[in-house]
Amino acid sequence: MRIPCPFCGLRGHEEFVVDGDATVTRPAPGRPDAPTAAVRFVYLRDNPAGWHREWWFHAFGCERWIVVERDTVTHAVGRVWSAGDPAPGEDR
Amino acid sequence: MRHSIVSLLLNAATGHRRWPRMWRDPEPRPHYEAIVVGGGGHGLATAYYLAKAHGVRDVAVLEKGWIGGGNVGRNTTIIRSNYLLPGNVSFYEASLRHWEGLERELNFNAMVSQRGVLNLYHSDAQRDAIVRRGNAMRLHGVDAELLDAHEVRRIAPFLAMDDARFPIRGGLLQPRGGTVRHDAVAWGYARAADRLGVDVIQQCELLGFEIERGRVVGVRTSRGRIGARRIGLACAGHSSQVAALAGLTLPIETHVLQAFVSEGVKPLIPGVITFGAGHFYVSQSDKGGLVFGGDLDGYNSYAQRGNLPTVEDVCESGVAMIPAMSRLRLLRSWGGRMDMTMDGSPIIDRTPIEGLYLNAGWCYGGFKATPASGWCFAHLLATGESHALARAYRLDRFATGHLIDEKGQGAHPNRQ
Repeated sequence: MRIPCPFCGLRGHEEFVVDGDATVTRPAPGRPDAPTAAVRFVYLRDNPAGWHREWWFHAFGCERWIVVERDTVTHAVGRVWSAGDPAPGEDR
Repeated sequence: MRHSIVSLLLNAATGHRRWPRMWRDPEPRPHYEAIVVGGGGHGLATAYYLAKAHGVRDVAVLEKGWIGGGNVGRNTTIIRSNYLLPGNVSFYEASLRHWEGLERELNFNAMVSQRGVLNLYHSDAQRDAIVRRGNAMRLHGVDAELLDAHEVRRIAPFLAMDDARFPIRGGLLQPRGGTVRHDAVAWGYARAADRLGVDVIQQCELLGFEIERGRVVGVRTSRGRIGARRIGLACAGHSSQVAALAGLTLPIETHVLQAFVSEGVKPLIPGVITFGAGHFYVSQSDKGGLVFGGDLDGYNSYAQRGNLPTVEDVCESGVAMIPAMSRLRLLRSWGGRMDMTMDGSPIIDRTPIEGLYLNAGWCYGGFKATPASGWCFAHLLATGESHALARAYRLDRFATGHLIDEKGQGAHPNRQ
């Protein structure tokens, strides 16, 4: 599996550290449903068989966090972008 | 036909051409008292104990593929009960006791071999942790022996005892641990359940649930509708997909774990040995191949295959522990889909939908749990109440904070 880092180009995935599902968002602490939303954020995952949006950290490269769209069934890598940016074509 | 020395001799005399089918291939009936979704080890054990221990014989096991085609035939066949935490140690010890009587129980040779499981330690801190674990085991009536370096060397003289970075100081031995021929477990439970009247239905994919006013009343499958008011899910690897059909989201990610077999060699490894300075475990099959594995690849995957960096990492750990392994050639490697929960412990519980029960999240420790998992899940399906052994394996423990974090990694399924 090779990942096209937006800063370094195509690199083997062993240069990266993966940190899981990038679609869950931390709930604002003041929300009335914050406790249950926090459980969803910390523990519950859609765990799709197919395209999955994930955090990867280029530990042995540019040391930048990126978001990778990857197919969990075929290991095909799709779009990749910097974690600080919105997904291409999407508003934040 | 009951398996015995007589049946073996008779069939040998006829060239092994007249063995009967081990289980029927029935068409699904329109209604069952209970349905188990998933014909792996856990699902088949559940159906067997439903029929055997609870008298519920009107049971169907629905399997999308074929019996023995999933993780029950893809694991590294180790059985042990060297756990630390309350909630785990009694459960896995009960499982080991089932293993000890399993072949007689099922009338099937599963090649249960209690050749011992040895966990190595390399430092004072690791020794302290292993002493604590051994004491916890012994307090629960589990066998555990602390070995020093001399005793380890006597059992396994081929280990890199005096490595400069990670010298082996000793180990924790569980003599009753060992290995089992894994696919014989699936076949043995399938055959035994079938003989008690359970319908084992292969190539039958679950497409959806029929839920009326919060209660499950049946399933839609690739072979038609089947009614049942008690349905148990035992489809680890795909728990998230199946639960999603009922509108449930689980605290589970599916990861790939690779396993390896070397070419066959003469008897070398006496039992199961695990490395303390890396994640590596090895045993030797009766055919002579070294069976070993290590870490998850780390990313979500349903591919049943991993990538080469993990192969390299596992083999490096192996050679660090047993330098002679560097002379061996790798014969095969493969991957399995692991139902990784957020705390590394399984789930055997009710779901918010009445009549729908969940057996999931076995991470990569599901094989050794097969008998106790089936035993406890059958109890849950038959009585509606959690079995005392599995009371800690609640689905809501992630919300209430009662995690069973055996490895102490927190909510990181990729690190469990």
